[in-house]
Amino acid sequence: MAEPKNKFIGRSVPRLEDRPLLTGQGRFAADVNFPGQWAMRVVRSPIAHGRLKGIDASAALAMDGVHAVWTFADVAHIPPIPFRLTGLVELEPYQQRVMASDIVRYVGEPVAVVFADDAYIAEDAAEAVELDIEPLKPVMQATDAPGPFDAAKNTEPSVIVKSYGDVDAAFKTADSIITLELSVGRHSGVPLETRGAIGFYNEALDRLEMHGAAKVPHWNRDTMGRMLGRTRDDFQLFEGHVGGGFGIRGEIYPEDVIVCAAALHFKKPIKWVEDRREHLISANHSRQQTHRIRAAIDRQGRILAIDDEFFHDNGAYMRTHAATVPDLAAAMLPGPYRVPAYRATGHIRLTNKTPCGTYRAPGRYETTFVRERLIDAIAANVGIDKVEIRKRNLLPKSAMPYALNLDTLGTHIVYDSGDYALLLDKALERAGWPKLQKEIAKRRANGELVGAGIAMFVEKSGLGPFDDVRLEVKADGGIELVTGAASVGQGVETAMAQICAETLGVDYATVNVVHGQTDRIGRGLGAFASRVTVMTGEATRRASVKLRTKALTLAAELMQADAEQLDIVDGEIVPAGGAGPSMKLAELAEAKPGELVAEDSFESKHMVYPYGVHVAAVGVDPETGGVTIEKYVMAYDVGRAVNPTLVEGQIAGGLAQGIGGALYEEFLYDEGGEPLSVTFADYLIPTAREVPPSSILITEDAPSPLNPLGLKGAGEGGTNPVGAVIASAIDDALQRPGAILTLPVTPQRLRAICKK
Amino acid sequence: MTDKTAITLNINGKDYAIEVEPRRTLADAIREDCGQTGTHIGCEHGVCGACTVIVDGAPVRSCLMFAAQADGKTIRTVEGLADGDRLHPMQQAFMDNHGLQCGFCTPGFLMLAVGVLEREPNISDEDLIDVLSSNLCRCTGYQNIIKSVRAAAQEMRK
Repeated sequence: MAEPKNKFIGRSVPRLEDRPLLTGQGRFAADVNFPGQWAMRVVRSPIAHGRLKGIDASAALAMDGVHAVWTFADVAHIPPIPFRLTGLVELEPYQQRVMASDIVRYVGEPVAVVFADDAYIAEDAAEAVELDIEPLKPVMQATDAPGPFDAAKNTEPSVIVKSYGDVDAAFKTADSIITLELSVGRHSGVPLETRGAIGFYNEALDRLEMHGAAKVPHWNRDTMGRMLGRTRDDFQLFEGHVGGGFGIRGEIYPEDVIVCAAALHFKKPIKWVEDRREHLISANHSRQQTHRIRAAIDRQGRILAIDDEFFHDNGAYMRTHAATVPDLAAAMLPGPYRVPAYRATGHIRLTNKTPCGTYRAPGRYETTFVRERLIDAIAANVGIDKVEIRKRNLLPKSAMPYALNLDTLGTHIVYDSGDYALLLDKALERAGWPKLQKEIAKRRANGELVGAGIAMFVEKSGLGPFDDVRLEVKADGGIELVTGAASVGQGVETAMAQICAETLGVDYATVNVVHGQTDRIGRGLGAFASRVTVMTGEATRRASVKLRTKALTLAAELMQADAEQLDIVDGEIVPAGGAGPSMKLAELAEAKPGELVAEDSFESKHMVYPYGVHVAAVGVDPETGGVTIEKYVMAYDVGRAVNPTLVEGQIAGGLAQGIGGALYEEFLYDEGGEPLSVTFADYLIPTAREVPPSSILITEDAPSPLNPLGLKGAGEGGTNPVGAVIASAIDDALQRPGAILTLPVTPQRLRAICKK
Repeated sequence: MTDKTAITLNINGKDYAIEVEPRRTLADAIREDCGQTGTHIGCEHGVCGACTVIVDGAPVRSCLMFAAQADGKTIRTVEGLADGDRLHPMQQAFMDNHGLQCGFCTPGFLMLAVGVLEREPNISDEDLIDVLSSNLCRCTGYQNIIKSVRAAAQEMRK
């Protein structure tokens, strides 16, 4: 079917990113090399908690090809790594230094770095660095009593409380009170590309460069600049291809800072690429929380109040995300339901494990599991089914926009639009719910353990406060789009090109999207919180409108026509709706050099809130504890899908990560704090065998009123409720409501539950 | 460990005469000594498959093979798949079916699938998923990779 030439938004056009990635021409961090570079290898603490009494690097320094070994003394002038988001003041004393000074607090903490001619020598030398560490007792559980962080402070830096309504009164008058204790395990994004950074000091220009940037290059440039005494004029970050982000990549890590400091100090290019074991013990972990939740309900199962106390295990330090994850957990827990009174008390606790940050649907994967478990428990208590209990408690469409009376990420939470009940109906229809129930009943009668679950959720996306886009028509007629956003492999270039192309009137393939280069645009907020399509997308649309107006005005002069009577179609300025003289944008650019430029910004104080429903059917093998996902349906309302295939790709990929966290992935430690999940043989990422085919329903019933295209971000809806829905389905298969209280539901755990 | 051996790697039809330590992995030799960075390293212990290349017709984890073991052997990497501007049917199928997102695992999947289909063009669907489950992808959720490989299999049988 032929599409109109200017129609690109809403079309599943092929990605602009693909060709170099398919032909081996990508440029990932490890692919960046400078002549004469030194390799850096980090010496990491093998002890979870201990006093660092001495480091002997003499054997390492004596090795051929080793140039230097740095310890804390060499970086003592560098301040701790600051917070990027949700930076509560009381958390600051718990920030991480780039190397340990006198105490080590997790296995994997940098205590020294070796610089050598190549990575093999650097690794040999790192093994020859001798550490004298006196072990101290580690704190391994966030639910245990806090222990000492240092002489002055304990391991509970803060308790966050969010509440509205009269919770205590509601519990006094409730017909029933439901109480649950629920836990989510420790897992993380684990991108296939490990972290890497290359520092290069260009002496001729007095310019420090870091290659291998991702996610938030501008913020990292400005912040590391302050740490190292550089400014935005003499320090630039460059993003190449990025092998998956998922929240964890691109935050400022100790290694990034050391690489830059060393490049400046030695005036040598410094290259650091971690191995997989290092990644699994030193890049951000996430998720680990225990919730003790109570609901006050009436006889019909309507929620009167929710009171949740939770323990957030943040690992050894407060990294760049500070309180972001527990804050989001506390703020997003109510989800799509009417909760008249609410209180969340979140204990931020430090343990002697890898420090934590965000991971796709941070705080929501956890609290959707908690909330939906609670809703299922209410249904069981009242004796109604899991569809009816949700219908009774859902916020109606008429309540929109709905102010939740809670804040997060510096914004008031106002659900901008949504028809939750409609999406539930659509999801159930797509899943063939009544038929599915009949089939399950029949198989169950034959002794099979099969069951189905439902989970609903509200996501958040499009975090402001701003984004800028600069457009220019180049001499060849191509459009250059420069943004401060970043790409982590999700298809940013294609989506931005589509919005620009449709608004301006060109082919999307002629739009060249430049992102993640701090020397190309003054500011930018990067790629996180499913923000790019919304924020950069609207900035792109605005800049495109401006550029279009400018092009038509300039062309009208040359063509001696009325700008109102002109149109731009496929890169050519033509008379609107009729024949006549025309002019290519390239010709106009040539006639008016440097004039076909436009810039615009989008500012937004509020996030936008997509929402979704997942339905799953599973089979359980009680002997092995194995779970087979037999059916999986995801319905997600994204307001408007710029490229439906890419949206589906986000959702399908998100599901795989959600399944990992629900059934397989877990960072385990022994009692002494030794990490047990340090290879892909211990930390089990789902493969093509474990991830089932899924049915994805993208709806556009509730466009966001907060931007003209109605956009909402799609990055996290595939992941958010997966733990919740799998737990619900396993409960149903076992015919034991409330059987699943802990994620992941590993075979060991499920077998033990089945044997009970 | 500094005694180096002279070896020749034939990569995509071109000979690279290099000197390597006995412990140097084939993956590092391809990337660092021969400059072919399309082959990616994801775990260095043979689980993720991002470094898969075709050695003498068989898909191999290049992180688990020493460069010296590949001396004189014929190696194919992702850089050699396309014929000039014309993509290999496997590459084209990945593009057509949104079989990649960040693209880091992609070269490994391409070489794995091409290597297997050249040897077993009529591989059963069940066996194909078994083969593909030997590599890891963190972005796509695999279904579009499976779709891509099925489409390419049809094209390659023509």
